[in-house]
Amino acid sequence: MNIKVNGEAKEIKDGVSVTEMLKIEDVEMPDMVSVQLNGEFVERENFPETILKENDEIEVLYFMGGGSFGI
Amino acid sequence: MEFNEEQIERYSRHILLEEVGVEGQEKLLQSKVLIIGTGGLGAPAAMYLAAAGIGTIGLVDGDVVDLSNLQRQIIHQTKDVGKLKVESGKDTINELNPDVNVITYNEFATSENILRIIKDQDYDFIIDGTDNFAAKFLINDACVLAKKPFSHAGIIRFQGQLTTYIPDNNTPCYRCIFQTPPPEGMVPTCREAGVLGVMGGVVGTLQATEAIKYILGLGQTLAGYLLTYDGLKMEFKKIKINHNKKCGVCGDAPTITELVDYANPSCDLKTGKLNG
Repeated sequence: MNIKVNGEAKEIKDGVSVTEMLKIEDVEMPDMVSVQLNGEFVERENFPETILKENDEIEVLYFMGGGSFGI
Repeated sequence: MEFNEEQIERYSRHILLEEVGVEGQEKLLQSKVLIIGTGGLGAPAAMYLAAAGIGTIGLVDGDVVDLSNLQRQIIHQTKDVGKLKVESGKDTINELNPDVNVITYNEFATSENILRIIKDQDYDFIIDGTDNFAAKFLINDACVLAKKPFSHAGIIRFQGQLTTYIPDNNTPCYRCIFQTPPPEGMVPTCREAGVLGVMGGVVGTLQATEAIKYILGLGQTLAGYLLTYDGLKMEFKKIKINHNKKCGVCGDAPTITELVDYANPSCDLKTGKLNG
């Protein structure tokens, strides 16, 4: 099926959860991201059971602390 | 207010802009911006806001200038190493533009002092130039509770991002995007925590742009958007973000009604280990 991740069209198999999608997208630290699915934020604890559907639009947003050694 | 000849010359490139003009420059000179953190983001933001003639600039920082700061914190110079950051920042601003009244707060923002600082001068706009999640959540919650517009930004490695919060506008806040700080142990390792110096220059300058536009009522701010910048790909992306009804501080049933201080793990450069 076709989805969009951060504006880019992707083709993935059916039945993929948000957690699995983050793995496919090589997100190294899934606890360091926030996910917006079709404009609504998905709570982190719901990543595993949230299954993606055809034409879903996903934004993966990363925590950025900033500065240098302060994290 | 009447401009003297020197001011007309100093601000001539602003005054020439139809959208700014004499009236806009007067607004800038009468405005007050608070900058929390005078580091990678706050330093360039402060320099441009001072140059632009923001009449009152508040600087909040409890740190002293360290040699490792100078790779990106351009408001401080080699002669300032060991000096209070707020004093070093004030001296640089005064040399750049004597029109600016600089107010210094030689303290780190905490749940105990942040509302007092924000309200001290009834600041028009606040810039989050801090370098850690604990401070970012604190500034967000304080600005939401005190109904103050602010610019959030973060930088790491070759990347940066920012958004603008405007109260009473159904604008998503930082906590709408990231409900809580990252779980402990999930913060990046020291190896991953460096930053290319110019990232703060790009993103801090964008924060200053947002402050000026907000004060002048020009264009569109980043309210409702997260702008991300990838310095390696040289790519900007503007991502639409929506208000989160479940947000702990600005959602339908907020659970955060008082400010909290989160733990603030930091990386020890000498040992390469995480503290905190």
